Amino acid sequence: MSMLEDAKQAAKGMAQQAVGKAIQLAPDSWMPGGRPDPLIREQHGQIGRPVSRIDGPLKVGGQARYAAEFALDGMVYAALAYSTIARGRILAIDTKAAEAVPGVVLVMTHENAPRMNKVPLFLTDQKAAGGVDLPIFQDPEVHWNGQPVAAVLAETQEQADHARSLLRITYEEVPAITSFAGAKAKGKHPGVFMGNPLNIRIGDAEEALAAAPFRVDQAYETPRHSHNAIELHACTVAWEGDRLRVHDASQLVAHTAWSLAQVFGMEESQVHVSSPFVGGGFGGKCLWNHQVIAAAASKLVDRPVRLTLSREGVYRVVGGRTSTEQRVAIGASADGTFEALIHTGTVAMSPHNQLPEPFILPAMSVYGANAFKLEVDVAYMDMLANTFMRAPGEAVGTFGLECAIDELAEAIGMDPIDLRLKNEPDKDPVTGAPFSIREVEKMWRDGAERFGWSDRAPVASRREGEWRIGTGVAGGTYPYYRMPGGAARITLRQDGHATIDIAAHDMGMGTATAQTQVAADRLGLPMDAITFNYGDSTLPGVVLAGGSQQTASIGASVIAAHRLLVKELLQLAGNDSPLAGLSVEEVGGLDNGLASLADPLRHETYASILTRAQRGTLVVEGTPPPPLETMHWSMHSHSALFCEVGVNAVTGEVRVRRFLGSFDCGRILNPKTAASQFRGGIIMGLGMALMEETQFDERKGRIMNPSLAEYHLPVHMDVPEIDVIWTDVPDPHAPMGAHGVGEIGITGVGAAVANAIYNATGRRVRDLPITLDKLL
Amino acid sequence: MTPFRYTRAVAAGDALRQGGQAGARYLGGGTNLVDLMRETIERPEALVDVTGLFHAIEETADGGLLIGAAATNTAVAEHALVRRRYPLLSRAIVAGASAQIRNMATVGGNLLQRTRCTYFYDNEGSRCNKRRPGEGCDAIGGFNRIHAILGASADCVATHPSDMCVALAALDATVHLGSTRGDRRLPLTDLHRLPGDRPDVETMLEPGELITAIELPPLPLAARSTYRKVRDRASYAFALVSVAAALEVTDGRVRDVRLALGGVAHKPWRAWKAEEALRGQPATEEAFTAAALAELADALPLKDNGFKIELARRTMVAVLGELAGAGA
Repeated sequence: MSMLEDAKQAAKGMAQQAVGKAIQLAPDSWMPGGRPDPLIREQHGQIGRPVSRIDGPLKVGGQARYAAEFALDGMVYAALAYSTIARGRILAIDTKAAEAVPGVVLVMTHENAPRMNKVPLFLTDQKAAGGVDLPIFQDPEVHWNGQPVAAVLAETQEQADHARSLLRITYEEVPAITSFAGAKAKGKHPGVFMGNPLNIRIGDAEEALAAAPFRVDQAYETPRHSHNAIELHACTVAWEGDRLRVHDASQLVAHTAWSLAQVFGMEESQVHVSSPFVGGGFGGKCLWNHQVIAAAASKLVDRPVRLTLSREGVYRVVGGRTSTEQRVAIGASADGTFEALIHTGTVAMSPHNQLPEPFILPAMSVYGANAFKLEVDVAYMDMLANTFMRAPGEAVGTFGLECAIDELAEAIGMDPIDLRLKNEPDKDPVTGAPFSIREVEKMWRDGAERFGWSDRAPVASRREGEWRIGTGVAGGTYPYYRMPGGAARITLRQDGHATIDIAAHDMGMGTATAQTQVAADRLGLPMDAITFNYGDSTLPGVVLAGGSQQTASIGASVIAAHRLLVKELLQLAGNDSPLAGLSVEEVGGLDNGLASLADPLRHETYASILTRAQRGTLVVEGTPPPPLETMHWSMHSHSALFCEVGVNAVTGEVRVRRFLGSFDCGRILNPKTAASQFRGGIIMGLGMALMEETQFDERKGRIMNPSLAEYHLPVHMDVPEIDVIWTDVPDPHAPMGAHGVGEIGITGVGAAVANAIYNATGRRVRDLPITLDKLL
Repeated sequence: MTPFRYTRAVAAGDALRQGGQAGARYLGGGTNLVDLMRETIERPEALVDVTGLFHAIEETADGGLLIGAAATNTAVAEHALVRRRYPLLSRAIVAGASAQIRNMATVGGNLLQRTRCTYFYDNEGSRCNKRRPGEGCDAIGGFNRIHAILGASADCVATHPSDMCVALAALDATVHLGSTRGDRRLPLTDLHRLPGDRPDVETMLEPGELITAIELPPLPLAARSTYRKVRDRASYAFALVSVAAALEVTDGRVRDVRLALGGVAHKPWRAWKAEEALRGQPATEEAFTAAALAELADALPLKDNGFKIELARRTMVAVLGELAGAGA
């Protein structure tokens, strides 16, 4: 992003701040969520039940079709070649040998690709989906090591792969910035995230730090991480006349349809993207080069194309989490009160994306302090665009912050939980907004009791044979977001069946299941009378499955549609109904129909209303108000994480022996799928703590471990029993009282593990991952 | 993957004739070779599948064990005589890979595994003297945390990835080889080469030669033996350092010992110097440490792998201490 873009974003941010102040001062009742969702009171329905995934049998039986499983007539298979230099130009691509391979249909390069516009970069438009906005196959320029430079289409995948290996590509290299130190030496730039400068100053934090009787001031580092969803990124595309059909693995179908329309100069309605099943998203299943290449190549050969990235391909084409260097300094008085909270540092970033890993977000809301200095700077490198990965900002920001608090607690001689609770703010420490919900103390106390925290031993005092044993805690946090653009359609049939249509996503987390439960309660129908349609760009709504915001976005959209439905039903019911005279606010769904909230005996079934009105179906589409609640209240989820580790005194090997997550995330819609989200996040956090690292060779800007053999993720034996509990206190200002739970699980885990390792060994490791060589 | 011919050998003579042809390679479980073919690092013209031959695991006349080269890793690890007489071999095998891979992988193929050096695997983007002799080694100045501390050269710092071979090196195993030119035997410790200036030549096998069996001599002290593997996660990772050891202690003194290291060199590393230093010495931590230091005296660290010297010392001492304690 250019300096001009930076400035434009900053100006936008200032305007947003002014609007934000006004929204904060407005009465609660004007706000979305100002009138609590009636479902929050519902205690006897489907919400809160541990319903198994409704698509489980389909998946287990192999009947759920993923993006790379659509077999279209005449389909050809694609294989990609990637650049081996970081910057420069392609001089020549010798395609003769590849084209001579039997079955090869096309070798596409910048020389024969159709002319295309750039992919709109994520966050530059409401529907922009691109992870990177560089031209694709439009010129010979190379911008990162691993950039796709040629695509081979063949009748079989094996033919395409073989032909691809026969391409001979020559380059003219130019100097590139491929080292972090080199990038920083070129100058740092202010980080801007979603229009807001990542720069907070309240009071003089450095002065307050210097004057504080207790201080910690440390540097922490986190490495690059690569996306490794179990399902490889894939798409199957076909042109049907002037329409483009894309079967994608996506967490943003509507964004992708609009963005591909911009790329090919078409109307949005000419592009149809669907993605009913996705094998994990985590922020990586957005619009990258491969969908564009597949669509372009398909256009050239006029045949459907399937493109599945190899595992290496995912590392080369799909951005990951970038590296961070953080400083955390906290000054405290003798009773533990924070006088100063400083969290600053630098992240590596490509100039062609929008994510300066915002690691200061936790420090902006979790603790009170008299002075704050929070800032993220950016150093630009010639590398694959970095992107969102589960809790971007919080996952790595909580590592520095929560380790520093542990260090401070020791310096003061305070229990680290007491120190955290001592600094519980009574309102948002940065914006001053009231909290919508904050059960942090209960969350900590419940967790401590269940884990047995009071039994904690002093540093380096427990040993079982070769194993030093220790325990540690850390806090985690993630905001409640709801993005603009939601919309939902409800189709109610005379026989009492309802269909909910919304362009939302289920990447395996159980969206369809939980939202079917919610719809059942809202409509007063059994679950099997609900069909929840999602994952298709032709459905209403622009709903990103990201930022843990889908639950709220779908909830608010369905509430909006439901209000319209109830209004129409009441009109149709007319004066002969037991519901006569009741307003929309006075009725709710019950027993296959509507009932008075005050007097449930005043009830009429949908079948009765629609039959009397001679209506076969009733269709409504609703759009929720803009998400002003997130500016009026400070809305966040929290976690308290407890970890017990063993560290081998001989080898330095670390084994996590036990882990507990205690969560404050509003009401839990489905304890079964939510627990899996919490555990999955924690497991991903254990990987971040102990083993995950993208080896980026700074000599050439090349990722050297693009494989699950060499890029280590936790295997079963690395994962202990993980206990998860939650407060289950509804957020009165969120739909259903619920927060999304996709990302909170990973936050804080790195620090909980590091703090436990310190308790076991007396060694502070401040750079991730904590591999055994750091503990020898 | 480059297209190739596939045939399944039905008899030994048939296998050797086909395998002797230019461009042919023998195929065991394919758990490494096929991966390398997918990366186009290996491009054989023909694969001769020998998994139908030499399965048997039999006791030899002198009380040793003859293990057919096509026996799966699982079959060896689970074999009752292996578990009783050579427990370190059983442990080494189950410390490697995953159950699924061990079910496919053969003994012969395991011996011929190629390195996990990431620069070796980066066929298109990195230089490697194994893949293209003479072009240079990008691992030496790059990420070399998993690389060799012993026996490396200026041309190659890769390590041999096998666990099973480390145990076999400690057990004085002999490799049986066949070819159309006749059969021969090699001590396992002589099968693999150090890289020198020809890291592309990894073993002493001649063209067309086929590993037909591994022979374990009778070795009573191996009944008290073990294998310890240190790695970056609890399972499914290659060894940073591994130690295979057998120890016989009489009256507090080391009567005999076998010791080998994995993850430290271009070949499974028999710790001859440490063994020499230990025989006749008291079975104490001091003696174990001295022996380990003797073995590691020539160790040379690279940018990222200096910790392996300390780790190898500690692991050797701990393993020997454990075996000595078990005999007390």
